[in-house]
Amino acid sequence: MTATDERPAEQAHEIGTSRTRKEDQHLITGHSTWVDNMVLPGMVHLAILRSPMAHAKITSIDASGARKYPGVVAAFTGADFADTQGNLPCAWPVTPDMVNPGAPSLAVEQVNFAGDAVAVVAARTKAEAVDALESIEVEYDPLPPVLDLEAALADGSTLVHPNTTSNKCYTWVFDSADAGSGASMDDARRDAEVTVTRRFIQQRLSPSYMEPRSTLVQPVDQGVTIWSSTQIPHILRTMLALTLGIPEHKVRAIAPDVGGGFGGKITITPEEVITTLVARRLGKPAKYTETRSETLEAAHHGRAQIQDITITAKQDGTVTGLDVHLTADLGAYLRLITPGIPLLGAFMYPGIYKFPAYHLSCDGVFTTKVPTDAYRGAGRPEATFAIERIMDELAAELKMDPLALRRKNWIAHEEFPFTTVAGLTYDTGNYEAATDKAVELVGWEDLRAEQARRREAKDPVQLGLGVSTFTEMCGIAPSRVLGSLSFGSGGWENASIRMLPTGKVEVVTGISPHGQGHETGFSQIVADRLGIPFDDIEIIHGDTQSSPKGLDTYGSRSLSVGGIAVVKAVDKVIEKARRVAAHMLEASQDDLEFEAGSFSVKGAPGSSVSLPEIAFAVFVAHDLPDGMEPSLNSEATYDPVNFSFPHGTHLCATEVDTETGRVKILKYACVDDVGTPINPLLIDGQVHGGLAQGIAQALYEEAVYDDAGNLVTGTFVDYTLPAAPDLPNFLTDRTVTPSTDNPLGVKGVGEAGTIASTPAVVNAIVDALRPLGINNIQMPCTPERVWRAIQSSGANDQGSAAASTQEHFDSTEGDAQ
Amino acid sequence: MIPAPFDYLAPESVEEVLAALAESGDDAKVLAGGQSLLPVLRLRLNAPEKIIDIGRIPALREIHEDGEYLAIGAMATHDDVLHNALVTEHALLLHKTLVEVADPQIRHRGTVGGALVHADPAGDLGAAALALDAELVIAGPGGATRTVAAKDFFVDIFETAVQDGELLTQIRIPKHTGWRAHYEKFVRVAHQWAIVAVAATVRMDGGTISEARVALTNMGSTPVRAASVERALVGKPATDDGVREAATLAAEGTSPPSDLNGDAAYRKHLAGVLTRRAVLAAAGE
Ligand SMILES: Cc1cc2nc3c(=O)[nH]c(=O)nc-3n(C[C@H](O)[C@H](O)[C@H](O)COP(=O)(O)OP(=O)(O)OC[C@H]3O[C@@H](n4cnc5c(N)ncnc54)[C@H](O)[C@@H]3O)c2cc1C
Repeated sequence: MTATDERPAEQAHEIGTSRTRKEDQHLITGHSTWVDNMVLPGMVHLAILRSPMAHAKITSIDASGARKYPGVVAAFTGADFADTQGNLPCAWPVTPDMVNPGAPSLAVEQVNFAGDAVAVVAARTKAEAVDALESIEVEYDPLPPVLDLEAALADGSTLVHPNTTSNKCYTWVFDSADAGSGASMDDARRDAEVTVTRRFIQQRLSPSYMEPRSTLVQPVDQGVTIWSSTQIPHILRTMLALTLGIPEHKVRAIAPDVGGGFGGKITITPEEVITTLVARRLGKPAKYTETRSETLEAAHHGRAQIQDITITAKQDGTVTGLDVHLTADLGAYLRLITPGIPLLGAFMYPGIYKFPAYHLSCDGVFTTKVPTDAYRGAGRPEATFAIERIMDELAAELKMDPLALRRKNWIAHEEFPFTTVAGLTYDTGNYEAATDKAVELVGWEDLRAEQARRREAKDPVQLGLGVSTFTEMCGIAPSRVLGSLSFGSGGWENASIRMLPTGKVEVVTGISPHGQGHETGFSQIVADRLGIPFDDIEIIHGDTQSSPKGLDTYGSRSLSVGGIAVVKAVDKVIEKARRVAAHMLEASQDDLEFEAGSFSVKGAPGSSVSLPEIAFAVFVAHDLPDGMEPSLNSEATYDPVNFSFPHGTHLCATEVDTETGRVKILKYACVDDVGTPINPLLIDGQVHGGLAQGIAQALYEEAVYDDAGNLVTGTFVDYTLPAAPDLPNFLTDRTVTPSTDNPLGVKGVGEAGTIASTPAVVNAIVDALRPLGINNIQMPCTPERVWRAIQSSGANDQGSAAASTQEHFDSTEGDAQ
Repeated sequence: MIPAPFDYLAPESVEEVLAALAESGDDAKVLAGGQSLLPVLRLRLNAPEKIIDIGRIPALREIHEDGEYLAIGAMATHDDVLHNALVTEHALLLHKTLVEVADPQIRHRGTVGGALVHADPAGDLGAAALALDAELVIAGPGGATRTVAAKDFFVDIFETAVQDGELLTQIRIPKHTGWRAHYEKFVRVAHQWAIVAVAATVRMDGGTISEARVALTNMGSTPVRAASVERALVGKPATDDGVREAATLAAEGTSPPSDLNGDAAYRKHLAGVLTRRAVLAAAGE
């Protein structure tokens, strides 16, 4: 895909053009505004003292030493804010009896994970604040850490929170028979000709955004202005107001340039609340920026689930049922949508397949680890992993080709719209087309031949092929559906268009970009729709004062919800302009056509008036239609009618060095269908980044705690984030099956690569080793784990080796802890 | 993170450095490329009162021939050495090793002397120094110098023969002209430190190995010389079969660490596989 900024002189289509990103001009020339670069007069710098213990009572804490330290303005402990800090909000009470033990920003009596904030110092410089932390004295009375999910649920387990009676936060159940969306799973189990059961472990991951989180708060009158490195300035405003009792209209929240989020910045953080408390207490602007180690130890993690999954089928490969039990590690506290993350996946386990019966239950469990919350894909990567892995396992059990098994069970393109056993209605899709294209792109047949050759030759470097045919639900979300899931918010998005006197256009959106390129994509949409040059359009976002209404950016919603709000607002502008144009051209509105930015009278060439001319006429307002308000500006709030269901086929070929256990991706090809492409370059960018993170889960990343509950992977030396040299050259392509649920035909793309890729890689590794009897390897598939699997398989001793390998991985599950 | 406060000094001669070190005892730290020291300071694992920057002494950065030796200044950066023709000619193993050290940014700041004195068992240069029988020139109080053989230089994790008040000034490598070499480094991600690595350099007589030097990275608290492998390789053909048996001796007598990347048993296994690959690659280069 080549980028181009060259367009023919006449009006061309912006939509579908690979424009380079307009936001990059300031981002790569040093003109960006990161919160940590901001300086306000009189500003103090904060440093936070964090618990070195996973679980302990605070028996005494004394910050007086820090207060005497040079440059220190103030030092506070939890006790200083106990009455004012409230609890961090959780907006998703997934069941009526869900237990929320409370989440203070600064721990008052007890710490519940290593990294929990216990005190804060405000000083003239960041260095002084950091130095002074060492003079704060804290005595802890240690409690046993709660680390293992199943042990945490057992009777007699140490309780994470003393005000609860169990570490179980909730149990959430979906049953297709009860829901009326399918048959009974009990019947499916009873009648099954084939049953395959596996346990998959979703390890903890850290959303490693490039810009660490940073917050600056300025007290203003009775309220505050808060600049924060967040994906959700609008939600931050409302939640901060509710949490701290500041009137909402006295809170202004600003997300300036934000350097990535991946879900890691869609929560209300303890640090945002602490910074606000300190700034208000001191009456001075206060800024807090985390270190990278603090990101890893104190910012929320993602994934962290045990998945027990059973699939039933007939001998001919027809699937008959899917039964899933999740044990979800919520960590120490509930953050904004912690309990709901598994639910975002719960509807996706059936994937693209026509299951008659489906049952899912999920236990949410408190542990003494950093809380979990959204990480790119949030629930759906877990679901896709489980279904795509178990499909391969079923194929192996049935001795079927994994692609043939999928073809047999997936929804055929002519069957759309299709309502799944989970109750979702997929609008469109063409799994056949995407798969055919991917098979060709990767050179599937040649790879199979090469695999056979290496098996035959007993090559120490074996080859494996992995499939992932995925869909996902994104574009969050129809408000009614969110309501039915007890989510604490709607899912609409807002936009307004401001026509300036010179014909330039300001687009105000409620989404909050943080690296995706929305300014470019949205400008392309508006340029086409209004017939205004791309460069004459400004996208305004990320400040609750200038974009007063919005629900921000996550869940691949910005285009398929926010973009549609823009379209609706643009259409209102056109309708207003039509009235003026009719007046100016002395024609009937019905006789006008709008094309390429001008109204003209049908059948009367030469008589036309352009939008900029209309904008100016409206500005001077000298001669408008009777009773017309002198404004073209328009606003729209769009509530999506459905989720968005992008899909695709990802194929991966991995080499497995049986001597060392090292896995190398030889080839990775994916064909994604994200509906109508607005900007292919931006799509490729999202897919590439998504693939990197999905592959990273399969091979590289894990947040590991030791037996005492300390995070071992506290720097990027140990948290092995892959970089460009570690990843293959991605072969990407597209099929285009427009969505029928929105006027642009678009589908979400922000999470697709991450959701799809992880099982493709692990399936490939297992495929390489299956002749040894290996049927699972725990993620990340480190060389040591792969090598040990091979060792315990007893080389070519098939069958019995399978059992011993599985046993090995079950018993060494905590190996890396 | 921000380091604890310290005084900063940037002397312009070795004599001044030694004087400053003598004055401050163990409260001072020498700063070379800073690629290991700065992370230590920023994570506050250490808080020296004085930092003595030795980056303004051009003589410490020179690379030249000295009879049968190649003399490399302690402040020569990884990149300087990597691209030095004398090094490629007379100490190919060092060149091959440096290709695998970190990334270009770090290689432009990090120094060979700093890496050796830092003595991280997972650092790459120790094995090459050991295999090449390097000698380390150490200057002490008053300017007196002593020379320590690589085998005596590495004492323990992060500990070398360099004492408080001393400065490593030069690395002297006996010329290994005409020797072939390879450094086989095993990592999970490219920017990672070695899980295990093997430095091998061989002198070939046609298709036969006539002499071999092999040293291992991260197989103990210091780099380890695989002497029995070296002996077993002499006179062997440079083929998979010829080398296989000798390579199995690699882990003999080692006590590698167990960590997130692998336990000791896995590392011992790797040492054998990587030694075979390193020797074959060296012989084939
Ligand atoms: C991200 C990253 C990745 C890296 N990857 C690798 C890798 O893959 N392989 C590898 O081998 N290394 C790696 N390194 C380390 C790198 O090689 C460092 O340059 C090296 O370890 C230290 O060299 P320096 O010149 O930066 O020393 P400094 O950091 O300045 O000093 C290190 C220590 O040595 C002391 N010291 C330095 N010079 C002298 C001297 N002449 N006399 C006495 N004491 C002295 C200092 O006081 C300090 O204690 C990596 C570093 C980073 C930051």
